[in-house]
Parts: sequence; C-alpha cells; structure tokens
Amino acid sequence: MADLLVAEGVRKEFGGLVAVNDVDFTIPERAIVSLIGPNGAGKTTFFNMLTGVYKPTGGVIVFDGHDVTGKPPHAITERGIGRTFQNIRLFHNMTALENTLVGMHSRLKSGVLKSVLRPPGQKREEREAHDRAHELLEFSGLRGRDDEMARNLSYGDQRRLEVARALATVPKLLLLDEPTAGMNPQETADFTSFVSRLREEQGLSVLLIEHDMRVVMGISERVTVLDYGEKIAEGTPQEVQKDERVIEAYLGSAAVS
Amino acid sequence: MKLLDTVRARRPALKRETMPRAKKFAIVGLPALFVLAITGSASLGLIVAGLILAALYVPAWHVLPLGKWIVPLTVIVLAVLYPFYQPNLFDVLVFGNFPSIDTGVTMLIFIMMALGLNIVVGYAGLLDLGYVAFYAMGAYTAAWFASQHFSNVTFHLGGVGVGPEVPGIHVSIWLVLLIAGIITAFTGIVIGFPTLRLRGDYLAIVTLGFGEIMPQIANNGDNLAGFNVTNGPQGINPIDPPGFGDSLNSAVGLPTDFLTSPNSLRLFYWTALGLVLFTVFCSVRLRDSRLGRAWIAIREDETAAAAMGVPLMRTKTWAYAAGAFFGGIAGAYYASFKSGTFPADFYFNISVFILCMVILGGMGSIWGVIVGAAFLSYLNQEGLANIGAWMNKNGVSDAVFGKDIDVPLYTSGIFGVILVLTMLFRPEGLIPSSRRKAEFHEGVAEHAPLYDVEHE
Repeated sequence: MADLLVAEGVRKEFGGLVAVNDVDFTIPERAIVSLIGPNGAGKTTFFNMLTGVYKPTGGVIVFDGHDVTGKPPHAITERGIGRTFQNIRLFHNMTALENTLVGMHSRLKSGVLKSVLRPPGQKREEREAHDRAHELLEFSGLRGRDDEMARNLSYGDQRRLEVARALATVPKLLLLDEPTAGMNPQETADFTSFVSRLREEQGLSVLLIEHDMRVVMGISERVTVLDYGEKIAEGTPQEVQKDERVIEAYLGSAAVS
Repeated sequence: MKLLDTVRARRPALKRETMPRAKKFAIVGLPALFVLAITGSASLGLIVAGLILAALYVPAWHVLPLGKWIVPLTVIVLAVLYPFYQPNLFDVLVFGNFPSIDTGVTMLIFIMMALGLNIVVGYAGLLDLGYVAFYAMGAYTAAWFASQHFSNVTFHLGGVGVGPEVPGIHVSIWLVLLIAGIITAFTGIVIGFPTLRLRGDYLAIVTLGFGEIMPQIANNGDNLAGFNVTNGPQGINPIDPPGFGDSLNSAVGLPTDFLTSPNSLRLFYWTALGLVLFTVFCSVRLRDSRLGRAWIAIREDETAAAAMGVPLMRTKTWAYAAGAFFGGIAGAYYASFKSGTFPADFYFNISVFILCMVILGGMGSIWGVIVGAAFLSYLNQEGLANIGAWMNKNGVSDAVFGKDIDVPLYTSGIFGVILVLTMLFRPEGLIPSSRRKAEFHEGVAEHAPLYDVEHE
C-alpha cells in the first residue's frame, strides 16, 4: 500500500530545547496509526508541524506526493489534512451548522462579488454546502443539533462537532489530538467504532494521539512511541506493549528489571 | 389561504414572544407617559410616534411569515418620508426639535462609515483605530476627479455644475463614488498587507499610525516631489455636486444639479439614504456568505480558522478592503455634499468617533450600528447644542455650574463618558447581534482554558 504521508528527519527546536528530534514517520493509505508517549514527549508539537502550525527546524514532510514542509495551515488543509484540537477549539458563537460550513471554506469558491450579487451558481453552491453540512452533522451523531450554538453543546457533542468540522474540509488524512480525553467508557467505545467507520466508509487515513491505551491498542494497526522528542519504538500494538523502552518510559526503569 | 394557516399555526409562538416585549415596553413607556402627563408636554405627534414605536417593537413580527420584513420596511418608509413630516414634528424633552435634513445627511454618511467599520471590527474582529484614513482617501478621490484641482488638464465626463470650458477633471459624481470606493478598497489592501500580519493590540497600534499618516500627507501634500496632490492645509474646493445633467433632466426629469435644485437638501438626503441602504444590503449579504463566515471564524479563533482552510491574510485583507470600500464612498459623498475637502476633517478623533458608534450600537449588529451612528452623529451635529440651550434656558447650568455653559465644547469628554457607561452597563452595545450577546454574558471560566496547552 502506498504511503499517504512521509515525514523524514523532522525536527523542532524551541530555543535550546529539542522538542522533536529527527523523527521519521509514515502513514499508509487507509490506515489508522497512533502516536503515544508520556506528557511532554513532543506528540502535539509533531502534530502541529504536520498541520503547518509550526515550521519544522529541519526535515521534510511529503503528503500525497507534495512537499508540504513549512506550508501555512490553510494550504495544508486544502491538500487534504483535517485536524481536531486537544483542547476543543470550536467557533463557540457559531452554530454547529456554521462551524461545519467554515470547514468547507477551501472547497467553496464564491468571492466578494458573488456573495453580494448571489448569481444562481452561488445559490446552488450554498444550498449544496448546507445539504452536505447537514449530512455530515448527522453522520457524526449530531442530528437535530444543527442550529445550536457550539458553546451550548455537551462536551461529547463538542468533540463530535470538531470531527464533523474536520471532515467538512474533505480530508484524506484526519489527525485527531486526544479525541477521547474526558469521555466516559461508553462514549469512548462509541467514538472508537466511529473512527473505524470513517476508514471503512470514507476511505480515510487516521492519525491518533491518545492516552487511553484501550483505544490505541483496539483500533490502530501501528503505534509509534515518542519520548523526549525521540522515536523509541514502532510496531503493532502487541509489539509495542512488550517493548522494554516503552515500559521504561511510562513506568520508570525499575519496572523493567 | 396557506398564509393564513401558517399565521394560525404560529399564533402560540407569537403570543409567547410578545408578552415579555410588551412588559419591557410598559416598564419604559408608562413612566415616560407619566412624566409627559405631569409636565403637560404630550402632543398628538408624540402619541402617534409612541404608537408607531409600540407597533414595531411589541409584537414579535419575526415569528410570522414575511414578518421579518415589517420592521425594516416601516423604518425605510419613515426615513424616506422624513423631509416631508420633519417640520411638523414635536419637540422632545431636553433634546429639542428633531434633526434637520442637513444634519440628517451627515448622520446618514456617518451611518455608512460606521457600517463599513463594522465589517472590519464587528465581523472580522480587527481593531482598526485609523479608519479615518479611508474616509480621507475617498474624499480626496472625489476632489481629484471632480474639481478644478488639476487645472492643467480639461476633462469632462458627465460632471455637472461646471461649464465645459472649465479646466480640471470633472467626472460625474456617480462615477466618482464608484472610483472612490475602488481606490479606497485598494488603499485598504495596501495598508492591510504589512499590518494584518499583526494580531490584537499590535494591529490596533499600527492602524493608529496609518490614521495619523493620512492627515499628515493631506496637510503636506501640496508639494510631493514638485507635484501638488492635496493642495495642503487649504484643502481642495469647490468639488462638483451630484446631479444627472441636462439630457437626463429633459428625458426623465431627474434633477440636473443637486446644488441649484430647489429641494437641494432633500436630494442630498435621499441619495445618502440610498447609499446607506446599499451598504446595509451588501453588509447583510457578505455576512451570510462564505466570506462572512470566515470573518466570524477568524474573530472567534484564528488558529482553528486557519486549520479549517481559511487563509488568514487573504480573508482579513478582504475585510479591510470591504470596509474601506464603504468608507471611501462615504468620504467621496461627504466631500461632494460639503463641496470641499480639508485635512483638518481627518484627524484621529474621527476614527475614534466612528469606532464609538460601532461599540455603542453593538459590534457586528447592523441595526445596532445604525442606531449608534445616528445617535452619536446627531449629538455631535445638533443634539449637544440643543441640550446646552435647554440647560441654560431652564437654569440647570446655573444650578450645577453657577453659570451658562457651552455644552458642545465638551463633545469628546461627553462621548468618553458615554463609552465608559456603555462598557459598564451594556458592553454588548444597545442592540447586540445574537452572537455578541452570548459572548458577553458568559462567565469567564466557562470555556476560557486556564492554561494553553499548545506548547506541550
């Protein structure tokens, strides 16, 4: 299977601190892979480099055959990487529907003149966008919440809306930053099957940053472990679980001996 | 029949939403009525005005089909007919008579500018303290394209009020308004390019700088590399008036020249009203479009907006350009109305003045901005003088200050007080948009994160 995303020697320094140290990383098409590691391991920094929030200090990121290293976030989103945020970052004073519509920004075309004059083409585009937004919200389990302000949604629904909004960008690769944080076991299980459905029904690749090991071990084909900015292990969930360096990183060196 | 059925079906909703409005209206209205009754200043006009206000405000019209048009249409009709009934209007307590048509024109021009600034500040959330730069740009564009300033060329294209032998560029004001809008929008893009990379306070400071640069250029522009661009402190006048020329006059009876027409002021008033309606139309359509959503998204959370595919620089620059466009048209029209443009008209206080209108009315709310701009520009033009006259006549000044005072002298101070009071008691503005209302009535802790986890 071809690789959708290839990152080679990606490095990020904040002053003297090396947050991510020459990490090689690939994501195959239609795969669910996970990135784990203790707090401060550099997972989110790595994530932010893939999505263009940070410029890498070194290394190359190739997505879908295009070099996207250091490109601005909107350009990377346009190429097909959608993301959610660890600390939910919805547009709180917009409705669920509007949030989803903002996600479609790069897929719609109307500019200033068309917005003011509203020729038939623009009207059709808006109508189709609205229809698609309704569908996406329903698919993400937010039926009937379309006109609710994002701020008024429950925590779980806000998480779902973040995914719906990311899906609206029509991604090939979806990056989820700790999507189940704060969910109860039932919600977590629902979410896990939802992510599997994304791959089955929409053919997406998913990169997951996650703390909940049951989620990680349950759905990912491959797990990569970061610690102090370095890749210390990579493999199937079973392999990684047995890896001595991983156990050491999580539980301390005494646990290994 | 179908319409009737819908009305019947929505009756409970109408009833439910009307009751609290009626209560609110009564809480304000009944004491007012009482005051009027004991002071004996009630008149027929006042009662009619009160009834119209009640009819517009109390029933929840928006619940009914087509109901959302009732209030705007009534307001438009009242505004269009204003010159006809204005002379017969009653005096308001303290404020005196209703604004004259002359003041009305200025109010409408400021409404237009405030609506333009509202796109930048209210929609996209970019604090612009130098909006006067766009106003100046529009005014000077009108001066260049419709006056005798460039007297070494003679170019006429529909300009009215000047003979064909008069030197200078004389383009029809209608065309000049469009040119001014476009040139000013372009200025907005040029100014936006270096400044819009900045966020928040930094952006505000840089726009403040540009707002200061503009009047300086206007003041010293009589010799830019040997070329007289702005005619320095004397300014440029006269500027041609709007008008339709002789051929359109004889064909369809449109006025030849606004300035010499017998209802000169009314023509200026209606044209300004037309420009305001045009601005409102564009504002609403832009707000409810792909671009408008992107603006609001940027205001809410820039990082998230960028991650959703919104190009920050381009989208913000469009907000600047759109805001500048209307500011430019307003500036050009004002220059034509006043028949001149002077650097002293474009100082920093005008930027703040327009910003106050937006804040007082309610950022992002079109109704709010209209009310805020109308009220403040009225106070500036007539209101404060009227209040001062009333205070002096009735001994209020004597009792409080020990002598008669000249209230308009304290305009800036009074606006400052109004702004502080707004921030204290109604930070979301007089008529807030539904979004803003929610924003201001949330506890700080509700969703503001205690720490930012971006740097893991």
